[in-house]
Amino acid sequence: MKKKRTARKPSADAQRVDGNAAAGILSELFVPDLTVARAKCAGCGATRTIGVLLVYAHGMGTVMRCPECDGVVMRIARTPTQIWLDASGATSIAITAPR
Amino acid sequence: MTSIGAAPRIVWRFATVIEVLPETRETHSLILDVPGWPGHRAGQHVDVRLTAADGYQAERSYSIASPPEDSHLALTVERLDDGEVSPYLSDELHSGDKLELRGPIGGYFVWSVETGGPLLLVAGGSGIVPLMAMLRHRDRALAKADMPARHLLPVRLLYSSRRWDDVIYREELAGLAEKDPTLEVNHTLTREQPDGWTGFKRRIDREMLEAVAWPPSEQPRVFVCGPTPLVEAVATSLVELGHQPALVKTERFGPTGGSV
Repeated sequence: MKKKRTARKPSADAQRVDGNAAAGILSELFVPDLTVARAKCAGCGATRTIGVLLVYAHGMGTVMRCPECDGVVMRIARTPTQIWLDASGATSIAITAPR
Repeated sequence: MTSIGAAPRIVWRFATVIEVLPETRETHSLILDVPGWPGHRAGQHVDVRLTAADGYQAERSYSIASPPEDSHLALTVERLDDGEVSPYLSDELHSGDKLELRGPIGGYFVWSVETGGPLLLVAGGSGIVPLMAMLRHRDRALAKADMPARHLLPVRLLYSSRRWDDVIYREELAGLAEKDPTLEVNHTLTREQPDGWTGFKRRIDREMLEAVAWPPSEQPRVFVCGPTPLVEAVATSLVELGHQPALVKTERFGPTGGSV
């Protein structure tokens, strides 16, 4: 709920959606639903359900930010032949194990 | 319900449009037959993909309006004039047409009667759609239950629209509330009110939430869906009022045609 954004334009704020909105592209990479997995932010150490990350989706790809520190947790970009996943902003991701 | 690990891989499928139902001036519902549909939970969405003749593709997410109990899938789509996908879905699709989609998607913003209550639903504009799936699911699931069961899952809805004629599912909501004393529907009309209107007539604010919401001590499950500014204002106010952030689930739509 904290807001620490000052540099970004208001229009970018209006574009912000939830981690839930990245569920489609994530389903191309992971079989389990990643939006109910928990990610630890490499920036501030907060652990959050991926569904509550702040998502900025645009033509270049999907950027998922930490709601606590605004740091980038994951980035996904699609090219004509590949999907790029950069999860360097997450020190760990915990996914519920299949039963 | 299968565990997430056992869930089938989400694949693109072709749905057939059964019916196109007008809801309001700017919205209508697509009733779809989706062969192989694995079932969904109330609150989930689908991705819709349109492919142009030259191969260009555009993809958008739409909330599912129908409850898991229905055999057909319903999406309610708002027409955005400058949209890339919604004008096609609004103006060009007719019964018998095919539509490519994948889903159900998203296991975070979901509710079922097993989740429990009380339930607080807050919607702005077409943000009502996934919440309507929850209300329809609750109604179907509890149809055979006696009233004490309903009292364990009471619901309060706060729904912000611009005008009375912009209220999506207006008659259905009134009908549900009329037959069910454990469902309370509160409207606020932000731009224009009919003569004799006694309800709220401003944007949702902290005072309105305090008046409508269950007290935090009741630990309601809260679902907020609408344009990003509305969702963030509501979620912030609810946490200020003492609701646990973990019980407040949000689905931001991003920008829409205007404020609600």
